[in-house]
Amino acid sequence: MTDPQLRADQEIIANWIKPKQQVLDLGCGAGLLLDHLIQTKDITGYGLEIEEDAITECIKKGINVVQQDLDRGLDNFEDHSIDTVVMTQALQAVKRPDLLLDEMLRVADEAIITFPNFGHWSCRFYLMFKGRMPMSEALPFSWYDTPNIHLCTFKDFEALCHDKGLKVVNRTVVDNELKDSWTVRLWPNMLGQVAIYHVTKR
Amino acid sequence: MPELIPEDSVGIVEPKVYTFDEPLTLRSGQQLPAYQLMVETYGTLNEDASNAVLICHALSGDHHAAGYHSQDDAKPGWWDSAIGPGKPIDTNRFFVVALNNLGGCSGSTGPTSINPETGKAYGSSFPIICVRDWVNSQARLADQLGIQKWAAVIGGSLGGMQALRWSIQFPERVAHCVVIASAPKLTTQNIAFNEVARQAIIKDPEFHDGYYMEQDTIPKTGLMQARMLGHITYLSDDGMALKFGRDLKDGKLNFNYESEFQIESYLRYQGERFSGQFDANTYLLMTKALDYFDPAADHNDNLADCLKQAKCKYMVMSFSTDWRFSPKRSEEIVNALMEADKDVSYVEIESDKGHDAFLMPIPRYMQVFDAFMNRVAINQHLV
Repeated sequence: MTDPQLRADQEIIANWIKPKQQVLDLGCGAGLLLDHLIQTKDITGYGLEIEEDAITECIKKGINVVQQDLDRGLDNFEDHSIDTVVMTQALQAVKRPDLLLDEMLRVADEAIITFPNFGHWSCRFYLMFKGRMPMSEALPFSWYDTPNIHLCTFKDFEALCHDKGLKVVNRTVVDNELKDSWTVRLWPNMLGQVAIYHVTKR
Repeated sequence: MPELIPEDSVGIVEPKVYTFDEPLTLRSGQQLPAYQLMVETYGTLNEDASNAVLICHALSGDHHAAGYHSQDDAKPGWWDSAIGPGKPIDTNRFFVVALNNLGGCSGSTGPTSINPETGKAYGSSFPIICVRDWVNSQARLADQLGIQKWAAVIGGSLGGMQALRWSIQFPERVAHCVVIASAPKLTTQNIAFNEVARQAIIKDPEFHDGYYMEQDTIPKTGLMQARMLGHITYLSDDGMALKFGRDLKDGKLNFNYESEFQIESYLRYQGERFSGQFDANTYLLMTKALDYFDPAADHNDNLADCLKQAKCKYMVMSFSTDWRFSPKRSEEIVNALMEADKDVSYVEIESDKGHDAFLMPIPRYMQVFDAFMNRVAINQHLV
């Protein structure tokens, strides 16, 4: 039985994480990324998750998973107690992404965040021409039951980082097939489907 | 009674007595010169003794954790829901050891045992015993069974406290530690409830300073009341309401002090049954062990510091409506473990069964428990 593949955004950020780090994965899902990092980068760490089946999968894999609702923040973690905090395609699902971002950079020195880019041309066209809330492969939910309550664009996120005085160490974007490509990198806010950011405090 | 013993049960089991002739020095400074432990085991110990699992019981538990003693048994062991072939604590894979702790009243040396020095029952002269004393005695049992390192030490409530203690007292002897519906220490309110239970027993006119056996009597009402109080703390508010509501036994008010509401009848029945089966002095000892448990106290109240010495992997589980040891208490343990960089997983299980939930085959509970024990089997190279 072959294990499910990492998503492209997860694959990319796996390259950004240094070996042997202490990693905290917020909204770790079934633990695929953490598992990969443990195998390839010898990291230690914990995944926080709230979805029952995902938690069970983590336990089966031997991943340290702690059931925790991210809307309460990370008050159970001390300042600077983690090397890198990771949040892949989950920031848009929390009640206050801005406060969680503060929390992330309180407990960790570095944060790597990925999120669906609402500025992607398909979202703009959908709204422009269909007059309906965008739906796509990356955003498959309806407006009334979507967990993605705080979608944003590349530029929105950059603006937030700027307002918070955060340093964007690295950023990239993946396209329709969730693959990296040079054309996408030319016009990220329009052509990039998933944004990937590596930020630290200044 | 079961017509046919269920297929996923360990079936008919037989307890065994293990004797220990070397004195055991207790936390209090007192010594138990010699003692015995009543033990039940399920499954088979493998060649390199790497599949052994220790079950630590809670306040009113004992060695009979699973299976039946005979076809006539109305109910199986207290954790039959979790222990058996194909169950989370899978007896097809693991050698499961359950014992009655010292101070108990199910066959291990305790207040009802004869003190060899006096020729009479210990009664209340049985020394106050602590969680670390139990762990020491369990380590000796492990030695006698030929078990150097437990694949897992598992317990709920007071049993979870023993598991925690194992992980710091014998870090080399525990591979996995499962702590269920437990706490790193009791709250003020917890102690208060225990005290009321103790006072009910001690102030019972038939208590006779704990030497009621010599008077051929038992402090029945005191023990009944202690159990009734205990039961209330084991059930959730909603759970009780769901089960009993304001239902009246006779369907109408009788204007007397007989048990009128179904809940009254239930509590009286539970208290009555318990007082006939459990020893009052043992009850006192168990509550003291609960009150005294506070491993972080030896480390300036820093639980993370205390847990740094551990070497095992942890699984912590809590139940949403448990108000005796709420999920917050489990979170204290989990947070301290994360601060100490230990391997830990944590799940809070939704249930309306209160503290008692840890004894029940709740699907989500069984699912995560099973997932973790599977992992234990993999880590121990059993599969």
